Amino acid sequence: MHSKLIFYIVVLLSGLLKPLPVLAFDRAAFESVVLAEGDERFKALDTLVAEADNQTPVLLKALLEGELQRAGKQIIWVHEGRNIDPLTQAPLSSELPDKEDVVVNNRLRGALESALAALKLVSTDHKTRLAAAKELVVSAEEGMKPIVKKALAKETDATIKALLESILATMELKSTEVPLRLQAVQVLGQSSNSNAKTALLAALEVESDEGVKQAIKTSLKQVETRLVWGQRLGLVFAGLSLGSILLLAALGLAITYGLMGVINMAHGELIMIGSYSTFVVQNLFRHIPAFFDWYLLFAIPVSFIVSALVGMLLERGVIRWLYGRPLETLLATWGISLVLMQTVRTFFGAQNVQVENPSFMSGGIVVMSNVVLPWNRIMIVIFAIAVLLAVGWTLTRTRLGLFVRAVTQNRAMASCVGVPTAKVDTLAFGLGSGIAGLAGCALSQIGNVGPDLGQSFIVDSFMVVVLGGVGQLAGTVYAALGLGFANKLLESWSGAVIAKIVVLVFIIMFIQKRPQGLFALKGRSVES
Amino acid sequence: MSEMQLNEKNVLYRPLFGPQGWWLLGLSALVVLVLIPIANLVLPQDSVFYVSAYWVTLIGKILCYAIVAMAMDLIWGYCGILSLGHGLFFALGGYGMGMYLMRQIGHEGQYRADLPDFMVFLDWKAFPWQWWNTDHFGWALLLVVAVPGIVAFVFGYFAFRSRIKGVYFSIITQALTFAAMLLFFRNETGFGGNNGFTDFKRILGFSITTPETRISLFVITALILILTLLIGRFVVTSKFGRVLAAIRDAEQRVMFCGYNTLHYKLFIWTLSAVICGVAGALYVTQVGIINPGEMSPANSIEIAIWVAVGGRGTLVGAIVGAGVVNGAKSFFTQAFPEYWLYVLGLLFISVTLFMPQGIVGLINQWRKPNQES
Amino acid sequence: MQKFEVFLNRFKKIAGITATASLVGLSSLGVQAEDTVKVGILHSLSGTMAISETVLKDVALMAIDEINAKGGVLGKKIEPVVVDPASNWPLFAEKARQLITQDKVSAVFGCWTSVSRKSVLPVFEELNGLLFYPVQYEGEEISKNVFYTGAAPNQQAIPAVTYLMSKEGGGAKRFVLLGTDYVYPRTTNKILRAFLKSKGVADKDIDEKYTPFGHSDYQTIVADVKKFAAGGKTAVISTINGDSNVPFYKELGNQGLKATDVPVVAFSVGEEELRGVDAKPLVGHLAAWNYFMTIKSPANTEFIKKWSAYAKAKKIPGQMDKPLTNDPMEATYIGINMWKQAVEKAKSFDVAKVSVAMGGQTFKAPSGITSMMDPKNHHLHKAVFIGEVKADGQFNVVWKTPGPVKAQPWSPYIPGNDKKKDEPALMAEKK
Repeated sequence: MHSKLIFYIVVLLSGLLKPLPVLAFDRAAFESVVLAEGDERFKALDTLVAEADNQTPVLLKALLEGELQRAGKQIIWVHEGRNIDPLTQAPLSSELPDKEDVVVNNRLRGALESALAALKLVSTDHKTRLAAAKELVVSAEEGMKPIVKKALAKETDATIKALLESILATMELKSTEVPLRLQAVQVLGQSSNSNAKTALLAALEVESDEGVKQAIKTSLKQVETRLVWGQRLGLVFAGLSLGSILLLAALGLAITYGLMGVINMAHGELIMIGSYSTFVVQNLFRHIPAFFDWYLLFAIPVSFIVSALVGMLLERGVIRWLYGRPLETLLATWGISLVLMQTVRTFFGAQNVQVENPSFMSGGIVVMSNVVLPWNRIMIVIFAIAVLLAVGWTLTRTRLGLFVRAVTQNRAMASCVGVPTAKVDTLAFGLGSGIAGLAGCALSQIGNVGPDLGQSFIVDSFMVVVLGGVGQLAGTVYAALGLGFANKLLESWSGAVIAKIVVLVFIIMFIQKRPQGLFALKGRSVES
Repeated sequence: MSEMQLNEKNVLYRPLFGPQGWWLLGLSALVVLVLIPIANLVLPQDSVFYVSAYWVTLIGKILCYAIVAMAMDLIWGYCGILSLGHGLFFALGGYGMGMYLMRQIGHEGQYRADLPDFMVFLDWKAFPWQWWNTDHFGWALLLVVAVPGIVAFVFGYFAFRSRIKGVYFSIITQALTFAAMLLFFRNETGFGGNNGFTDFKRILGFSITTPETRISLFVITALILILTLLIGRFVVTSKFGRVLAAIRDAEQRVMFCGYNTLHYKLFIWTLSAVICGVAGALYVTQVGIINPGEMSPANSIEIAIWVAVGGRGTLVGAIVGAGVVNGAKSFFTQAFPEYWLYVLGLLFISVTLFMPQGIVGLINQWRKPNQES
Repeated sequence: MQKFEVFLNRFKKIAGITATASLVGLSSLGVQAEDTVKVGILHSLSGTMAISETVLKDVALMAIDEINAKGGVLGKKIEPVVVDPASNWPLFAEKARQLITQDKVSAVFGCWTSVSRKSVLPVFEELNGLLFYPVQYEGEEISKNVFYTGAAPNQQAIPAVTYLMSKEGGGAKRFVLLGTDYVYPRTTNKILRAFLKSKGVADKDIDEKYTPFGHSDYQTIVADVKKFAAGGKTAVISTINGDSNVPFYKELGNQGLKATDVPVVAFSVGEEELRGVDAKPLVGHLAAWNYFMTIKSPANTEFIKKWSAYAKAKKIPGQMDKPLTNDPMEATYIGINMWKQAVEKAKSFDVAKVSVAMGGQTFKAPSGITSMMDPKNHHLHKAVFIGEVKADGQFNVVWKTPGPVKAQPWSPYIPGNDKKKDEPALMAEKK
């Protein structure tokens, strides 16, 4: 579909070299692009771009972004909230009958994107050219050879040059001359782009010359070796990301369960409450669109406080009466979790709710052509570290932390020396619940937010805490990361289901070997 | 734990094992074994006392749950081991029987093939090894007892040998059932994946939907429930049972007295699993479907809740608890479909808070002041 | 002991409240007028499937309200009996039995997952009940006691793949068949694999992958898709179960896989599933259904208007702020209305008579076509639409069949199915 690109770019370049009389914007062609169907649209697009003027990219962009509507033959541009005629920019009545969106399907969207990229390849702005070249690496086609050559000759920037060379080599693969093909294959061998692999694979299938065939195989191996490194990096990051999610989910539990001996089956629901708090804060921020991206900053403390309050309420109302009966706490908190889930269903509905990523958390960093590290996952890793540090600090450096540790080790003795154990219990439970809320806030950025959110994390969180050793933050960290990596490593090798089963079986076996987890507390209190 | 010791004598023996208990047992046996079958088979449909097939299957299902609850009570109430994985043994028994029932469908599946429908789906040409000999009823019965028994024995042996107890044990049993659920969800495992087994046609050649078959299964279930109760009673009142209770209350002291607690725990744990397996087999014939959902951690937690609601360490309490909770569930899902979870959740919370010894314990408490006065 | 008595008193209070509540419940069950006819609504209102099924219960109640407002059916008001099978498959069977034998309902509208349908099927066949099943499914089944108002594979999956292979759809050469591991994706993928083979796609160009239920970490899967896509123009055909779609799509967007590079066509993603997603990174991904909310037709405008008004009036959480309609809702709506028409035609609520009258029944569906119940095979004739996701979570219809398509519950791409009869088998061996 890009074979015509060369044509428009030639026209464009020649237009730059020797000024031609400015062509009038081709209204008929534009109307065909917008209103016609099938191949006619693409022909018209070719014409339109070939005769491009300053207005063309603006209008094509409007079409691409779905800002165009139609009412019969009339094209309407919904521009900054006003209905205008796209060509004359004259305002149109807002109440046109049978108004409907102009449908842009994937094929047209692809064509529009490359057309826009081609128009940008001659831009004076370095960034724009780079983006355009990157775009064309993916959609390079035979017909673009001369124009890429020309752009290459003019280009001074090394990065863009390399991209253009790689695009060119992809085309030369189809050349009829053996030396040209051989050279192209060698150039592509230096690439670390997965598109190079695609091109080489395709070339291998049609190649007749033995020598070139061998060269392709060598180059393929080179490219694949580089790609494998990318895949490995992606795998490590995936493990890290899963590990930090598990850590966030389990950290609160490590306090309420590990430090206090309370089995809190409603822990998952506290996570869910954190997510719903984030959702509510987000909705409030919708009223001030300018600051929408900052909602997350406010959602963090809100989700902490809401979950902590709910947690403290539970502690005062229910769990308080059950200390020393850990197995029964389990049943009561199970009941609580049912009630909390149904409460959320009653107020927010059974469907998932939408939590939008702030714009700075959408997309990702392109580390290699086949590895993109998504921003939301990077942020969660950072967030998990921050929460971990904060919890560690609270437990080791503050008075509350001191009390919590004292009560954990010997409740009776702590009480004797004047630690207000009841109050400490409530606060510690609040802290654990609040951390669950923070986990919920983080999870809302990568997955579903619905009434069942917590259920999917409860088993995993327990595994992390048990594996890490009760009452040990360090153990929790190692266990979470270990499980994250193990899960991802196995998953790439055996599929998701088997990976999960193997990990669970491993945990069961491990507990046999070290019944107190990775890091066991030593002492008499542990035995009872 | 301390309150259990205090009331042990009363809680353990009075409600079931006094003369009133025997009367009550005989009466319920009469109702379940004689009256319900008559009411279902003999009475005309428009009679006030007619018991419809719906009630027969519903009560039959609850009886199965009651057996499971008793198995749970044996290890939790009497030995202090809380298993959050009993759903696994229940399901294993169910699958054992389910395989036989699938074979009994014969050529009447959607595909009229030699293999069950789901295997035809997966393009399998022959039965995988797990299905060997499953067309024999005797073998199915063996599987129902042996598979949960062996799994429990092996798991229990290692766990108890490593002296895993309390909450740790609960959590790893949960991991066990969760892993098994994931395994059974896989279609390649060969047990029908998420759909499990359903659409059974006959058992031992009898059509599974006739009232006569249904009532027979119902009566068998009731008999096995009574049998379990008697076995349980025998175990817990024997010397063996006292050692169990001692292990529950102070395991270390029992060990210092020279008992090898591993043997005691392992025996009661395996027995409990086998009973669960039998219940699962009975369940599948009456409910008509078995799938990995039965192994979900939530189901196993519910089993513990039945026991807690009824009253731990009483055996009868387990039956009461299973009946009350499941009865309430069936009723409220119909009467208040939108709010029943509130009712159920609050029930669990209030039982653990206000009735630590469950319904049976409550009755006990009520009777005690009366007798003293 | 004193402490215990305090508890006891509290408990008595609670028990009293519960008892009163149950009495209220009982009495409300007891009251029923003579001139009503009961229908059952069997959708999960709690548990994992509540997320999808709750809304079907609401739309069913709306349709019943609407029929009652017009005088009911055969002069009787319809009385809905709503139960909650709680996403628990054995409970589905129990509730179905309860609806048919205890409540004596004339028809049941319900089920979503295949396993729930398989679980209730023996009950409906044994008791000769009538079930209307409103969700797209894997086919391979015809029962005389079930009317299927959702799509069979040839009314959804096959047209979608044909579109992807066409020039307009991007001309895909390689396919990743990605699904949740249960019977619907397995069967659909089996049919699609056979279909792709018949179109000359080699086995090495098809990658079949399954994830467990509730899977939420799609990092590895998306990386694998990327790797596979390096081998040529690739499309992903997703039969991922509703809830797992959000994390999958979020991962796709963030890892930079755009619809113009690797389009994903989904069969379980509709307006309701996208409610929880920021759809901007998903623009261009596809879904195939027999109904989209964006379809322009007078019947649809009216349907949406009615639903919006109903959601507001009943204060349905979520829906009252942002009412959405989707394909299974439309199918439920068609099902109830067709049942009413069939009852009127048969002049009876008798299952056998209504079943006969259902054949050939037509209804002006919100999707803009006149949908017809096939005279024989119990499936609806439906038009197929392919939509691309828009930034607001709605769909642009980019392709549609010229008219309604007849369902093929026995897919011709599964060997042995050519011998199957396209109508319910007589249950001769059953009593």
